[in-house]
Amino acid sequence: MHVVYPAVVAALLFSIGVYGVLARRNTILVLMSVELMLNAVNLNLIAFDVWLRDALHSGQVLTLFVIVIAAAEVGIGLAIVLAVFRTRRAIELDRLRDLGEP
Amino acid sequence: MIVSLIVVLPFAGAVLGLLLSRHPHGRDPAGNLAANKRAGLFGVVPTALSAGLTGWLVWENTPSTNVLTVIDTGGVAITVGLEVAELSVLTAMLVGVVALAVQVYSVGYMRGEIRYPSFSAFISLFTSAMLLVVFAADLMVLYVGWEIMGLCSYLLVGHWWEERANSRAAIKAFLVTRLGDVGFLFGIFVLGFAAGSFRISDVLAADIPTPTLVLATLLLLAGVAGKSAQVPLHTWLPDAMAGPTPISALIHAATMVAAGIFVVARLYVLFPQPTLDVLGVVAAIGMLGAALAAFAQNDLKRVLAYSTISQLAYMAAALAGGARDAAVFHLVTHGAFKALLFLCAGAVIHHVGSNLLHHMGGLRRAMPVTFWTMTVGYAALIGLPPASGFFSKDAVLYGLERSDSPIQLLLYGSALLTVGVTGAYATRAWLMTFFGTGKIQALPEPVPGTAHVFDGREAPATMLWPMGILAVPALLLGFTDAGEFHLAPAVTALVVALLGVAFVYVIWRGSPERDPARLLGAFRDPCEQAFYVDRLYAAVLVRPVLALARGVVRTDDEVVDGAVRGSGRATVGLSGLTRHLQNGNAQLYVTGVLAGVLLIAVGAVVLG
Amino acid sequence: MTSAGFWPPSALEVVFLLLGLVAVGSALMVVTTRQLVHAALWLVVCFGALAGCYLVLTAEFVAWVQVLIYVGAVVVLLLFGIMLTRAPIGRSDDLDSGNRVVAGVVAVATAGVLVGVVVGGFQHAYAELQPGAGSAETLGASIFRNWVLPFEALSVLLLAALIGAIVLSRTDIKGRG
Repeated sequence: MHVVYPAVVAALLFSIGVYGVLARRNTILVLMSVELMLNAVNLNLIAFDVWLRDALHSGQVLTLFVIVIAAAEVGIGLAIVLAVFRTRRAIELDRLRDLGEP
Repeated sequence: MIVSLIVVLPFAGAVLGLLLSRHPHGRDPAGNLAANKRAGLFGVVPTALSAGLTGWLVWENTPSTNVLTVIDTGGVAITVGLEVAELSVLTAMLVGVVALAVQVYSVGYMRGEIRYPSFSAFISLFTSAMLLVVFAADLMVLYVGWEIMGLCSYLLVGHWWEERANSRAAIKAFLVTRLGDVGFLFGIFVLGFAAGSFRISDVLAADIPTPTLVLATLLLLAGVAGKSAQVPLHTWLPDAMAGPTPISALIHAATMVAAGIFVVARLYVLFPQPTLDVLGVVAAIGMLGAALAAFAQNDLKRVLAYSTISQLAYMAAALAGGARDAAVFHLVTHGAFKALLFLCAGAVIHHVGSNLLHHMGGLRRAMPVTFWTMTVGYAALIGLPPASGFFSKDAVLYGLERSDSPIQLLLYGSALLTVGVTGAYATRAWLMTFFGTGKIQALPEPVPGTAHVFDGREAPATMLWPMGILAVPALLLGFTDAGEFHLAPAVTALVVALLGVAFVYVIWRGSPERDPARLLGAFRDPCEQAFYVDRLYAAVLVRPVLALARGVVRTDDEVVDGAVRGSGRATVGLSGLTRHLQNGNAQLYVTGVLAGVLLIAVGAVVLG
Repeated sequence: MTSAGFWPPSALEVVFLLLGLVAVGSALMVVTTRQLVHAALWLVVCFGALAGCYLVLTAEFVAWVQVLIYVGAVVVLLLFGIMLTRAPIGRSDDLDSGNRVVAGVVAVATAGVLVGVVVGGFQHAYAELQPGAGSAETLGASIFRNWVLPFEALSVLLLAALIGAIVLSRTDIKGRG
């Protein structure tokens, strides 16, 4: 298995995730795009772990950790989204502009 | 040693008067009288000591030079030192006596005045500066004194600065004399660099080519014309009469204005014929014009001011005609009798509460002492024997008659005519002040520009004593030089002067209520306006300069400040543009961050 | 790690590339679809394809975990989020912000840079696949021998996230101020 294949697929997935984060209005869609980026990273970790035959299996273990962290992140993120939705009745990112210059 | 004491004593008096007069009380009005008393002491005592020491110097009469230190400038060195010469001692004696008289006089004149301490301190400072000019052994030291005198003149003319006209007069005096002083300073530079030394003795002995000398002395002449109120730069002197009368007596009649003549006399051997001719023409115009202007003035102090210009031009004419000793002689006698006249005028104004001649009249009986002393002064001014002016004018006229100057005829004719006009204006002022009917009324409060309320009595003793003392030299100073007396010019001058006197007397006798100046007819207005010189200057110089100044202000406002404000506004505008980026859209921020990261990555790949 | 030619690809590579294609395609659908719920479903497809990729790469345990947690938990969580925020079900045209063009440019540039770098850096790297390298046994041994401490720390993190999520979502807990 050429390492280039998984690496390129991961790069493409990551770029798609970038596009999603930057272009989507809905906060939940943005969270999905973040998951895409995390998965791109996971794919890289797996592929390089296989290539390098790491004795500690650090690539795969780290992938597991990332999956766990991603789950936690989605949980917290959704909680935040819900809190925002409760107070503002909107989860469109470009309507949440309290940071802006008046 | 003694000479430095003479110079330093009044200076110390000035410092003490400024610093210590109000010491225990501050600005407390209760301590005002005490402060004035102490300031009077600080003013009078050092001046008296200084005058006494000068008298001793006259007695000793040994020329000497004291050098304190030589300042190495890298170029021509400056010698800080004092020199005692016959001319210096004579002038210093005049300065000392007049300054002492004025200090004593102002104790009475300025009684109760809130700013008397600074007033007397400035007089002391002025005295010190004038003595420095007189005794300076170095042109630079002389210039220092010269400038301090200008400063004191400014400060004292503007003593009653609450009145806008007074502060304007002070500024005018300062600016006009400063115009001349620039020329004076550059004249000193030319002389110093040509001679390789600023020491007066070296400069006098140096062999300087004539063109350089002409340039240098013409530049010096600008300063002389400024300080001595000679024709192109004379306009400040009549306005300077806005100052208190003792100041007019000290600075603008007897001493500071004589400094210009003194400097010419001191450096006389340096003055080549072309410069003297220029000086002569200026003097010939000045003496007659100023005398005519004096005849038409309604303000007593302005009469005396124009008279001063005229008499100073007289001395300048004597210098131009080669009669240096006569010029110095007239300088001394004029200092004495003009100071006397001003002090008497001060007493009169003090009494009447107004400067204007047509407010006066019939004061002969009310103020006998003033009447007699002022009569002595007028006699000296007109040149009636045996007063001092008779002898000094005779010396000047004799010198001009014998002069081999190319403009001798102009000088002599102008001088003779001036003698006649002088008789006329002096008689007019005398008659209008002391004869006729009294018109004065008691005033409830002082007129602006005068120190006192009219009280209907003769002036206080502190004012009368200096007048009496000054009357003595004004009357008798002529006899010190009586050996040089020449009958023919004296008789001529006397006849001309008496003609003027008689003419005015006859006119006045015809109707004592009316101003004898009416005999000038249509010519009166130009004379009263001093031949419109002020207006000419206003039109030719003042207004263009003001317009230019306004232009500069506008340029500063709109171009310089505009650039500053504009850059500020541009910054605000530009930041307004970048401010739009801070629109609160987090996605936009992240886009920027990622684009930046990409650029860095590309840069790292391409460049690394 | 012996190198082999790119052509012809081995059967495994073909399978991997097909699965990768599905993953990338469904990911594209996730970020471009106009229906919110479809995005979540496309995400399931993408994650499933990725799990297949992991399987091909012999990481079987990770693949199952991926299916269990991502497809099972995360996507369900996201669907709950969609429901709770009363997001529009069905087509909606305003799912993309005005930032789209710039986002596309940045994404394409990112892809260009990453692919360029990866291809340039690893074009000769070749991984021999050994079945069993990613089995549950191997990974379990590794985690509980070598990664115990991070694992425990991670469990604390999860606990914290759990509590945080509860605190954030409950309305009856007020801040102290």
